[in-house]
Amino acid sequence: MSIYWITALGTSAACFLFKYLGHSVPESWLAHPRVQRINLLIPVALLSALVAVQAFTDKTKLVVDHRMAGVSFAVAAFVAKLPFPVAVFGAAVVSALVYRLS
Amino acid sequence: MSVKRDSLSLSFAVGVYGAAFGAASVAAHFSVLQTCAISLLTFSGASQFAAVGVVGAGGGAFSAIATGALLGTRNGLYAVRMAPLLKVRGAKRIVAAQITIDESTGVALAQNNEKDSRTGFWWTGFGVFIFWNIFTLIGAVSAGLLKDPAAYGLDALVPAAFVGLVWPRLKGKRSYYLAALAFICALSLVPFVPAGVPIISTALLAILMGWRA
Repeated sequence: MSIYWITALGTSAACFLFKYLGHSVPESWLAHPRVQRINLLIPVALLSALVAVQAFTDKTKLVVDHRMAGVSFAVAAFVAKLPFPVAVFGAAVVSALVYRLS
Repeated sequence: MSVKRDSLSLSFAVGVYGAAFGAASVAAHFSVLQTCAISLLTFSGASQFAAVGVVGAGGGAFSAIATGALLGTRNGLYAVRMAPLLKVRGAKRIVAAQITIDESTGVALAQNNEKDSRTGFWWTGFGVFIFWNIFTLIGAVSAGLLKDPAAYGLDALVPAAFVGLVWPRLKGKRSYYLAALAFICALSLVPFVPAGVPIISTALLAILMGWRA
């Protein structure tokens, strides 16, 4: 089985397991404030790391290229409270323009 | 009645992002079939973007699955909130579990009574499921027609989507510090450890920061 299928099915199985377990355990199990706090912070850490790696690296090298223009547009768009699709597809357009011009 | 209308309009708006996932997944060299399978079976936006993002950056399956899974833990906590409202068993519980996501839980918890909460949960859950999967297919097929993804900005689409996913979660000083720290740590690790590890290791920062109140 390819890495692509393993990733697709493995991620699916893991995500479903969490959803199903949540429906099956007593509410008190996860009521601890520490669990709640960490649960809110984990996505913040992982998503920020993903922005960094996806925008500023190429394999094992740190790079600044056309993607930075796109991501900068996205940040500006979210600051301006534009809707998600406008920000994300706008970022693609800006990045593509810089890529073609450079 | 307005619960159903709100649920469906939100479902459509969210479902459209599925096109971004479809395009991002194909740009990370997943096939159209694999991409659609992820949207049908994983059905959790951030986890999906993360898993294909890690593989696209050269990471292994284990890092990809672990990152996607960690982003999926919050659905489990949503499920804990929803279970006493839905009171479902057997096959219905399996269906309810699969559609327990940010949006279905959010709409359900925004209602004033239990009946509207249940309606909001099911309509939003099924609504997002349908539109998300349709738009994933559209995005994947469209992206597959392009020869050089960077010329169409697809390589910027993924980090931009992550900015959009993290944005609403930045509330309070602690989350800003953590975001900045995770950003810097991930970049510092990239030259020295296998791809995927820089991302998953930032979960430790979240645990350390969340340990004390």
